[in-house]
Amino acid sequence: MKAPIDEALVRKLRAGESIILSGSIITGRDAAHKRMTELILSGKPLPFSIKGEVIYYVGPSPAPPGRPIGAAGPTTSYRMDAYAPLLMEHGLRGMIGKGRRSEEVKQAMIRWGAVYFAAVGGTGALISKCIKEATILAWEELGPEAVRRLVVEDLPLIVATDSRGGDLYLTGPEEYRK
Amino acid sequence: MKTISVEDVTAAVRRLCMQACTVLGDDVIQKLEQCRGTEESAPGREILERIIENARIAKSEMIPLCQDTGMAVVFVEIGQEVHFSGGDLLDAIHEGVRQGYRDGHLRKSVLHPITRVNTGDNTPAVIHTEIVPGEKFKITLAPKGFGSENMSRVMMFPPSAGIEGVKDFIVQRVEESGGNPCPPIVVGVGIGGTFEKAALLAKKALLRPLGTPNSDDALDALEKELLERINRLGIGPMGLGGRTTALAVHVNVYPTHIASIPCAVNIQCHSCRHAEVEL
Repeated sequence: MKAPIDEALVRKLRAGESIILSGSIITGRDAAHKRMTELILSGKPLPFSIKGEVIYYVGPSPAPPGRPIGAAGPTTSYRMDAYAPLLMEHGLRGMIGKGRRSEEVKQAMIRWGAVYFAAVGGTGALISKCIKEATILAWEELGPEAVRRLVVEDLPLIVATDSRGGDLYLTGPEEYRK
Repeated sequence: MKTISVEDVTAAVRRLCMQACTVLGDDVIQKLEQCRGTEESAPGREILERIIENARIAKSEMIPLCQDTGMAVVFVEIGQEVHFSGGDLLDAIHEGVRQGYRDGHLRKSVLHPITRVNTGDNTPAVIHTEIVPGEKFKITLAPKGFGSENMSRVMMFPPSAGIEGVKDFIVQRVEESGGNPCPPIVVGVGIGGTFEKAALLAKKALLRPLGTPNSDDALDALEKELLERINRLGIGPMGLGGRTTALAVHVNVYPTHIASIPCAVNIQCHSCRHAEVEL
């Protein structure tokens, strides 16, 4: 799969499918989400576009000399739940993180056509090797929380929650509960 | 009496920060490999495989295992016959953390709890000192990520809740945490003492090497029972379903007051990192 992604592709994805993502994505976590939301709500433009973008919830460790980025695994997504529906309304197509999402987020994904991918948490070294370029797009002063553009190659992901309400965080554990 | 220079303490803490964040213990890797062999879920096995592969890359390329290189929790055992020269011991430990996180390219995640202004160097560390007999001086550094720390809880039970109430609370805490703390997790439990003692017992329980039994037979049985209940929840690797939800449950106890059963559950992600040294 190649990022950015469009609605037609998003609508085809089903929870439980494994995909390999290459292309261009953006990053953002707690502080960046707060700022994006404040700008949108006050009618101001964002310093970067989120239309059609996939956002990766990550706060990487510093890049050592000679590498584009340090360890870069996903952070826990529920902390972005309060902000995610508004971003989807403004064109965000995909999210990458870990852990289940709220009902409001899932409803917004159905309404606006967005998908949520799970990356394997705690594999920051492995994922770091899939990131070929990293450039800061905005809010450098936020350090690990700054918004970056990443060029990724063969990033392995699992479709956790799809645009039809399918949620592997519910159906997966149900299957193995005894 | 033994004299230790605080400069040596700083150098040791610096090394431990870098080591703990990039090298996963053999006990953890062995347990992960064992679980990969028994996991029934195909995505679950794939996730365990990636976690093991991640540890291999982190160690060989000196990349942190996880971008959340944590808040540095430092346990220090200080023999009562030990004297420190050249400065303040606690300052020396904080300085070691500052240097380790800087030189190891580790993430600086520590900030003021209200203003949210980052201290910029991952200090201060959280330091727990313990006075022990003799000339021993041991430093254990356990970087704690907050995906799992946020899922931890302390509960003060009335005695009427009994051990059954405590067990249900522990299992329920894991169930409610789902995939958030990056399962397979290690569950540290502290039962007894006071509010803060229970939390410290739970934190210390995370330091016990995986695969080593509890030295108390009754607690060993309790740990096995809790692990079995937790692994029946179906949460699985990263919460996407499977049999491997926890790698281990470790329980520490301490006498408490007639009016209470304090219970702390400290959740640790699969990146169960710690490193230690004796000077």
